[in-house]
Amino acid sequence: MDGFLSMGGYAAYVWSSYGAAAVVLVGLLVLSLSGLRRVERTLATLEAAKPRRKREPKAAPAPTATPTAETTPGGAI
Amino acid sequence: MHRFANPARFLRIANAVLPWAAGLSAVCFAAGLYLGLLVSPPDYQQGDTVRIMYIHVPAAWMGMFTYSTMAVAAAAALVWKHPLAEVYAKAAAPLGAGFTALCLLTGSLWGAPMWGTWWVWDARLTSVLVLFFLYLGYMALVDAFDDPARGNKAGNILLLVGAVNVPIIKFSVEWWNTLHQPASVFRLGGPTIAASMLWPLLLMAVAFQSYFFAVVILRIRAGLAARRVQTLRLGQAN
Amino acid sequence: MLRLILRDLRLVLRQGSDATAALMFFVLCVVLFPFGVGPEPNVLTRIAPGVLLIAALLAALLSMERLFQGDFEDGSLELLLLSPLPAEGVAIAKVAAHWLVTGVPLMIVAPLLALLLRMPADQLGLLVGTLALTTPLLSLIGAVGAALTLGARRSGVLLPLLVLPLYIPVLIFAAAGLDAGLSGLSPRPHLLLLGGMLCGALVLAPLAIAAALRAAHE
Repeated sequence: MDGFLSMGGYAAYVWSSYGAAAVVLVGLLVLSLSGLRRVERTLATLEAAKPRRKREPKAAPAPTATPTAETTPGGAI
Repeated sequence: MHRFANPARFLRIANAVLPWAAGLSAVCFAAGLYLGLLVSPPDYQQGDTVRIMYIHVPAAWMGMFTYSTMAVAAAAALVWKHPLAEVYAKAAAPLGAGFTALCLLTGSLWGAPMWGTWWVWDARLTSVLVLFFLYLGYMALVDAFDDPARGNKAGNILLLVGAVNVPIIKFSVEWWNTLHQPASVFRLGGPTIAASMLWPLLLMAVAFQSYFFAVVILRIRAGLAARRVQTLRLGQAN
Repeated sequence: MLRLILRDLRLVLRQGSDATAALMFFVLCVVLFPFGVGPEPNVLTRIAPGVLLIAALLAALLSMERLFQGDFEDGSLELLLLSPLPAEGVAIAKVAAHWLVTGVPLMIVAPLLALLLRMPADQLGLLVGTLALTTPLLSLIGAVGAALTLGARRSGVLLPLLVLPLYIPVLIFAAAGLDAGLSGLSPRPHLLLLGGMLCGALVLAPLAIAAALRAAHE
């Protein structure tokens, strides 16, 4: 076990490499997850305010259709 | 390819893939770390520092892989206006930057005991450094506009310009390196690498790759949700 | 297109500040180097090509930020894009004007500065020739970055970050050519490669600039 930890005298280099890899990979994962949670929460609150637009997965709204769909709930708020 | 461009269908497939990618990544990391750290022998010349390779080389591969897929996505976004392609490029960029940073860092940590210096202006190291700057430039450019669509478009153009340039940069750096520094740095054994080292290396490569897929799916989901938020906000502002 | 170049040149001559600022920057940058590395003639001769090229590169970058900015802010860029001239033509005209205003004065001043840095006099022709290939490349590549960062926040930091990595091959081959000349070898292969890059950039950069300008106006 001692030999494993000391890595033939190169412990500082080997373990800091693996440590850096862990930090980078876990960090990116955590950041991505928290970003996803945050944006999904915002989306949920926005959609709760406008339940009628739930079934519209397209990112780019059709220019003619959206204004008519928006007038009713928008006016209600 | 066009069939996957629909975000809703993509999300269905991606959500099905996600647990598998995450599981595969975890299994391969466990196996790769076990083989790499405990089973594989120390190199007869480099001792235990050779174990840094199991991080360094997959990170380098993933850095290149990520950039090339981003460039392809940028072309698709400019030509066919796929919304998903743009979201992909933006989602993958921080991962690619992370991989290249990791590659540089571990390369430096490997170089210090083996070459006796933290950095050599070796052709490969230098081109990875340039790649890292390209990632940073793309991320800064995409974030620099108030209108995200404009940022994405500018980023796509930059990715394509970069894709044309990457081979030129690589070639020029190699040329410059042979001029200024006659081959003195060591090279990996290439195909003569022993099986006891090849296995952990391949396992770690698969682990990195599936990690990338799992995290990029999460990030794409966040990107698509952010787009929905934006359109909803625009609708409310009217 | 020629009219556009002439218009830009007139504008620059009337204001005068941007072009002279780049030139002054170039001169000061080169003059500072001997203070930094010491006045030994051998050292100066050795680093002269690199110093001149890097100073030229930074000077080109310094003037690049304003390339499209003025036209973008007062709306004349939009008019230019709506005019019958294709956007690629606008791009070429703007780059040509930039090169004439910054690149050409640099080429004229560079031999004098090279003498200050103890470069042998018989290398000055090579220096001007290399710069004649290098400065248009710097203008073309830099203009891509300038067009991409139009209207961006913090474009002052962004532009170097985008453009400097793309400048690396230019710098490498130009410096290699000058070094080859200094050590008595033929600079021809390096110059041919630079020329090839210039041809490629002449075709591709206007396309990228035009795409970026159109994106800025959507």
